[in-house]
Amino acid sequence: MALPTSTAPAPSPLPDPPPAPARAERGRTLGVGFFVKLILVGLADALGLYGMLTAWAIGQWAILISLVVILALVNWAYFSRRAVAAKYLVPGLVFLFVYQIFVIGFTGYVAFTNYGDGHNSTKQDAIAQISEQNEVRVDGSPTYPLTVLSRGDQLAFAIVDDGAALLGTSGQPLDEVRNATVDDGRVTASPGWETLTFADIAQRQDEIVALRVPMSDDPADGSLRTQDASTGFIAVPVLQYDEATDTFVDTTDGTVYRVSDTGNFVSDDGVVLTPGWRVGVGFANFGTMITDPRMAGPFAEIFVWTFVFAFLSVVTTFALGIFLAVVFNDSRVRGRKIYRSLFILPYAFPGFLSALVWAGMLNDRFGYINVVLLGGADVPWLTDPLLAKFSVLMVNLWLGFPYMFLICTGALQAVPTDLIDAARIDGAGRWQTFRNVTLPFVMMSVAPLLISSFAFNFNNFALIYMLTGGGPNFVGTPYVVGHTDILISMVYSVAFESGSKQYGVASALSLLIFVMVGIISWVGFRRARRLEEF
Amino acid sequence: MRRSIMMIGVVSAALTLAACAGAGEDTSGGNGGDGGADEKLTLWVDPNRVVEMQPLVDAYQEKSGVEIELVEKAVDDIGPDFVAQVPTGEGPDMIISAHDGLGEWVKNGVVAPIELGDKVEDFAPVASAAMAYDGKYYGVPLALENVALVRNNALLSETNATTFDELIAEGKTANTEFPVLIQQGEQSDPYHMYPLQTSFGAPVFEQNADGSYTSELAMGGEAGHAWAKYLAKLGAEGVLDIAVDGAVAGQAFGDGKSPYIITGPWGIPGMQEAGIDFTVLPVPSAGGEPAQPFVGVSGIFISAKSKSPVVANDFVVNYLTTEEAQDLLYESSKRSPALLASAEKVDDPVIAGFNAAGAAGAPMPAIPEMSAVWGFWGTTEAQIIDGQVDPIEGWDALVKNIQDAIDEG
Repeated sequence: MALPTSTAPAPSPLPDPPPAPARAERGRTLGVGFFVKLILVGLADALGLYGMLTAWAIGQWAILISLVVILALVNWAYFSRRAVAAKYLVPGLVFLFVYQIFVIGFTGYVAFTNYGDGHNSTKQDAIAQISEQNEVRVDGSPTYPLTVLSRGDQLAFAIVDDGAALLGTSGQPLDEVRNATVDDGRVTASPGWETLTFADIAQRQDEIVALRVPMSDDPADGSLRTQDASTGFIAVPVLQYDEATDTFVDTTDGTVYRVSDTGNFVSDDGVVLTPGWRVGVGFANFGTMITDPRMAGPFAEIFVWTFVFAFLSVVTTFALGIFLAVVFNDSRVRGRKIYRSLFILPYAFPGFLSALVWAGMLNDRFGYINVVLLGGADVPWLTDPLLAKFSVLMVNLWLGFPYMFLICTGALQAVPTDLIDAARIDGAGRWQTFRNVTLPFVMMSVAPLLISSFAFNFNNFALIYMLTGGGPNFVGTPYVVGHTDILISMVYSVAFESGSKQYGVASALSLLIFVMVGIISWVGFRRARRLEEF
Repeated sequence: MRRSIMMIGVVSAALTLAACAGAGEDTSGGNGGDGGADEKLTLWVDPNRVVEMQPLVDAYQEKSGVEIELVEKAVDDIGPDFVAQVPTGEGPDMIISAHDGLGEWVKNGVVAPIELGDKVEDFAPVASAAMAYDGKYYGVPLALENVALVRNNALLSETNATTFDELIAEGKTANTEFPVLIQQGEQSDPYHMYPLQTSFGAPVFEQNADGSYTSELAMGGEAGHAWAKYLAKLGAEGVLDIAVDGAVAGQAFGDGKSPYIITGPWGIPGMQEAGIDFTVLPVPSAGGEPAQPFVGVSGIFISAKSKSPVVANDFVVNYLTTEEAQDLLYESSKRSPALLASAEKVDDPVIAGFNAAGAAGAPMPAIPEMSAVWGFWGTTEAQIIDGQVDPIEGWDALVKNIQDAIDEG
């Protein structure tokens, strides 16, 4: 294979054409394949451009830049002749970027903010909303049938007050207009102005809602506003935003609300205006589990249980799986195929559904287990702390052993029979043969799978959530967490179920769990590699 | 040559894009359109209400030419999705939901205040109070719902009990598996038991004179202890059982295993289908004071970032507050109307029964602090019923935990 002589980045799997300048002139037939490619890339481009325009419209610059880069990469890969390898890699890389790197990156970003209830939008939104919520209708003031008029770009409101038709714009306080047409207490036309139809109103909704027509030259009299373009009312702002100082000022008592570093407007004596907005909070979210004294106790207990749960889940399912695999690997067992198919069944059902069904079967008083199998016994399978842990492990055993059975059956096929025969001849018993010959062989191929199984169970949210919901709950703890909660379900409970939603905290804790699983897997794989060397 | 291929690529992309954009314009309609007739609003509703709202939406379209698209959302998703999506600009124009999420929506700035004006007085006081937060109105109330006591007339024909203990005694004379059913579950069910709790004088939060809630907890102290002890007693006697969840309770009542059940209007269709002859009654007091159930008010709310605020306000404030609209809604939903004029016309013993049971009820608190309450409350009540914790200690821990969570939030 001829390697490019120049500095071309990737070695091409195809023989490279002779170097330029002759290159561009090499004949290229525009076959069907080219047009298919053209259409597909065109579609991708269209989608990407659409995404860019959308991102631009909503001001998501990071997404916009990523899309530009991705789109440039895609076009380069498919229209350049140097990028043969990239043609195959690009789709995978794009998906890797979108589904892995972007998600991790975004989670990382959220982990450093206070995103959550009360802080879920931008400062601009918060200012708009605080202004809106704190503009109150003047006590005892009437509502007026209101007409919206326009002259070019300018909008005006017209009302009838005390029999007189009044008209005003944002810069021009309400003033009487003499020759307006009034019909049934409502202005219908005024010379020089065009009365807006419903269709016109629908087109200029934002302007109409934002329009404030002063009642008089004195701002204290309030201004006329409308929400539905047919009734007007007089409103005064209680809190007024001052752009120059970036503060809200209470017009009734002069209280000043300043920007705080938690993303709120706060007065000097600690009154907080809602909503707030998202701001960075540094590492605060990461320490929550330990620094929050209310969380530290349950956290320690759940931390230990998570390891116990993940470890025992792997050990029990593997033990049962390999036992059954060895038994059904014996050619003397009749109907092996049928048994094997039956064993796969628990694996074939969706796990969270099985967990839900088990939760029903383990119900104290009405569950199948107690009522039918145990003849009406009253065993608190899911409500006693220890039994609940036991139940969780048993159900996970039921869910997990088929997988282990499958991989062990596969691994057993790789054990050389002559080695086993030799061991037998040397006088080794069944147990000895299994321990010293079969098991090491099986372990060699399944060890990495055991590690990934551990990582999976470490985060087995669906099982816990569906089976026990973390319960039975700890008595009197300040968070709704319980004896069977594992770290990931505790995060869910703390961030979403115990009061207000805290996406920032949830993201930070998920990252910590991610790192923990990463370290465990890394150590595990290093050890597993040593197995292979034996 | 290569450059020209690039050009073809870009041009084809641009053409495809134009086609996409054109198609997008057609389906999104509305805002960029050239007339009011193709104005379109989206309204999130739960699956039960799609059919109920359709006649109103149709009637409004006939009147104004505005099309309202009903988007079906799971009951539990409407509130959280609304909070999550409004800031991104992708949320709906309006939602229909129970009012108890209102405080959280205001705290997150996703719901727009509306101006009800004098129309406030046309509604049941509890209904309009439920739509207010911090002195401003945010929604138009549509219907009321609350729990009541439902009696299976085939098992017991009359109820003379004036206290809950007497009711249990009466229930036992029916010789069924349960004297009275109150649905529980692993997390108990404080909502269904609230009338009993309030009858001990232990409401969850203090109320202002106008019916709005303060964030001051009221369920601690002597009254709370009395209620906790009563819970433990009912648990020990087997009247309450956390294994009896909503599904089990409904099934048991349908199978004639209990003469009484505490349930809401949502439990009624099942009973009617099962052909049970039943009567709806107020819940008797357990602790001596009036038994006040929570009154949930379903209302319609407008997004703070709706792109069609004027039209949305016209539909919500000008149309849905009319007697015509509320009558129409009652016909399609058979829920107790929030508008007094429409409620007066209702002549249905079931709805009258629920209204009587809820007459003295308290609106469900809509303050954001409420979200800190439910989890602890249910868990602790379950533990007390199940005898896992001493009632007094458990209740004190509960009150402390809620207070801490509120201080924290």
